[in-house]
Amino acid sequence: MKHVLLTLAAVGFAGQAFATPPVPSEVEFDEYGAVEASLTGEPGDPARGAEVMVTRSLGNCVACHQVDDLSEAPFHGEVGPPLNGVGGYRTEAELRGIVIDAKMIFPETMMPGFYKTTGFIRPGDGYTGKAAKEEDLEPILTAQQVEDVVAYLMTLQD
Amino acid sequence: MKRKTGRAFMASLIVLPVMALAEADDDTLIINEEIEIVTKAEAPAHLEGVVSEVISGWHFRSDETQALELDDFENPALVYTDQALDTWNAVEGSEGKSCASCHDDVETSMQGVRAVYPKWDEKAGEVQTLSMQINDCREANMGAEPYKYDSAPMAAMEALISLQSRGMPVDVAIDGPAAETWEQGKELYYTRTGQLELSCANCHEQNYGNMIRADHLSQGQINGFPTYRLKNAKLNTVHGRFKGCVRDTRAETYAAGSPEFVALELYVASRGNGLSVEAPAVRN
Ligand code: HEC
Ligand code: HEC
Repeated sequence: MKHVLLTLAAVGFAGQAFATPPVPSEVEFDEYGAVEASLTGEPGDPARGAEVMVTRSLGNCVACHQVDDLSEAPFHGEVGPPLNGVGGYRTEAELRGIVIDAKMIFPETMMPGFYKTTGFIRPGDGYTGKAAKEEDLEPILTAQQVEDVVAYLMTLQD
Repeated sequence: MKRKTGRAFMASLIVLPVMALAEADDDTLIINEEIEIVTKAEAPAHLEGVVSEVISGWHFRSDETQALELDDFENPALVYTDQALDTWNAVEGSEGKSCASCHDDVETSMQGVRAVYPKWDEKAGEVQTLSMQINDCREANMGAEPYKYDSAPMAAMEALISLQSRGMPVDVAIDGPAAETWEQGKELYYTRTGQLELSCANCHEQNYGNMIRADHLSQGQINGFPTYRLKNAKLNTVHGRFKGCVRDTRAETYAAGSPEFVALELYVASRGNGLSVEAPAVRN
């Protein structure tokens, strides 16, 4: 609820009449797991996307992926493939789908869904180890942060 | 179509960094120039087709951390086992007894004990961990208060008892009456929990040897528990560690001492069958 209000406020401030972002369970994926439509209707900001990629409490993407362009942030992981050049061989819609819920493209993947709030086993209240009710879960990233990350990934060209 | 090329491309990218860093190192662990620790062993039969070798977490730590385990004068955990030795001999509870009243010298009576725990307890009709057995003795035989499951005195007593099996092969039974609990533990090991949807296997079976941010993932073996961690400067129990790992998947954890964690402990212990008991180990 809080999340929806905040987003509305942001949209209102920008003077845009764009609809509220879809709730995570209503995002439309195509048959390959890609998501064509921007979640916000606004272009993402690659600089903020880069910030999300390296921030532990947000995307923390470098925990699993090496990204040479982000080498000032220490300690890149090796669990997922390096993302160098990914904007050259993936479409924006594919990247959006992967960030929202990578399991739509890679069914068994270890990569978490970053705009997803349902279907979990024993979901917790953040990193407290305490229980959370499914209806209270917020996606790990906001719709705008997803768009920012996608915009950043698109800048990664060989 | 795109998907296919993407995946193939990815696969070729994955192989290189993994090969470069995946290896556990080749060092050997001999404690006090005397006790040889088997830190790599052929995987037990129940892991066939899953992993071929089981490897102690020691191999994934830095040389500096590894060195702390080579000599008991350097190993910070031994301070706690010394304290526990005093407890061993101290009378507590309504029966006027100490551990020593029933078990005499810990060095002889407790040899080999840690290597076979958790194990089926016929009288209780359930699988028991070493901690449960310690509390059983305190309550039933000494008339003393049980320790809190993952408390400091419990960890210390467990470490003292484990020390007497150091170098002996882990050999927990998974068949017979323990089989059902073992299956339950296995199920938990592969369940993807929390908002990050991660299982123990995701990190410790599929990715051991890989870095996850600043952490070098091990197989998550428990042959070294309780372990002294430099990070929190105390002894850490198995269930304490399990709680931390489950919490990190953004999940609701199970409680220390819960039937779920007891089952998980049996299963994880059995994945280390063949390694030496290494407790009390040192980790970062
Ligand atoms: C816990 C590990 C983990 C985290 C965290 C993670 N990923 Fe991934 N990611 C993976 C894995 C593993 C794959 C490979 C897909 C598969 O399993 O086949 C992957 C695949 C991808 C791909 C497809 C790459 C290609 O070559 O097609 C992209 C893009 C991607 N991740 C972006 C991200 C972004 C952006 C974030 C953070 C918002 C992120 N990942 C966080 C593990 C992770
Ligand atoms: C998101 C990744 C992740 C998941 C999921 C995870 N762990 Fe861990 N675990 C770690 C990291 C990182 C460490 C510290 C480095 C190491 O020893 O692997 C660790 C350490 C451990 C250790 C200590 C090993 C030692 O030698 O001291 C044990 C035991 C363990 N994990 C068991 C588990 C179990 C059981 C589960 C499932 C309930 C689990 N882990 C789930 C990341 C994870």
